[in-house]
Amino acid sequence: MTAERRTVVKTESEVGVFIEGVLNYFGTTVQQQAECGTPYLALGRTPEISDYTGMIRISGKREGLVFFTAPKSMLCVMLMRMQETDMSHDNLCDLVGEIANTLSGNARRDFGHQFNISVPAVVHGRNSSFDYPANSRPIVIPIEWRKYHARLVVCLN
Amino acid sequence: MSEPARHRLMVVDDSNVIRRRIERGQNLPGIEFVGAARNGREALEMHERLHPTIVTMDLTMPEMDGGECVARLVERDPKILILVISALADKLTAIDAIEKGASGFLCKPFTDRQLNNALLKLIGE
Repeated sequence: MTAERRTVVKTESEVGVFIEGVLNYFGTTVQQQAECGTPYLALGRTPEISDYTGMIRISGKREGLVFFTAPKSMLCVMLMRMQETDMSHDNLCDLVGEIANTLSGNARRDFGHQFNISVPAVVHGRNSSFDYPANSRPIVIPIEWRKYHARLVVCLN
Repeated sequence: MSEPARHRLMVVDDSNVIRRRIERGQNLPGIEFVGAARNGREALEMHERLHPTIVTMDLTMPEMDGGECVARLVERDPKILILVISALADKLTAIDAIEKGASGFLCKPFTDRQLNNALLKLIGE
């Protein structure tokens, strides 16, 4: 097997870890399955972000960031499904950060103990930008839940 | 007349959504919710005032993380029952929490049923 082929396989299996995490998160927390579209590399451009974005910095065995970005309406419906009545800006920030934290934390089952995750940082608004690691290739995992579209972006060196 | 609760629950998590979820989701008759803290430092302060007998504890939190808080709570009160509820899903994290004095580990995300089963196991019923 060539080095290039090995890299592709590694990327596919790593993306699978996050897809599994997304499916488990929605099935458990809001008890309605989400669907993940075909992941793609965001080459030459930064991934589009939505109304609310929760971002986790990764350090240790791997370096980079993982973020979950979703529209406000989707997060509101998720809160309702969780029997939450407070749809304030603060609670939407809290939820999107918690989702990013959970999806990153769950990945340690496969990536191991040295996959260190930060506390979540949350940004509001579609014009925000992130500092991606040099030479990194962000992988975008499209997520569909009910009629809403969100994304999980995984950018690891 | 219903029996008084025998366990006093404090919830520790930096996420308000999760704190409220645990408060709403736990519905065991023997457990009374007494308070919630946003980090380990707040939890230590609340412990002095509220004297909880069981605690749910997140691990990744600002100011003081859950691991340090578990160790300090157990040092103060060796009988306290702590259920770590964390997204950190690797075995070493769970082992480390148990070695620090936690009595159980529940991985996020969780359902209400999983939460109540974990709490039942914690109090030995």
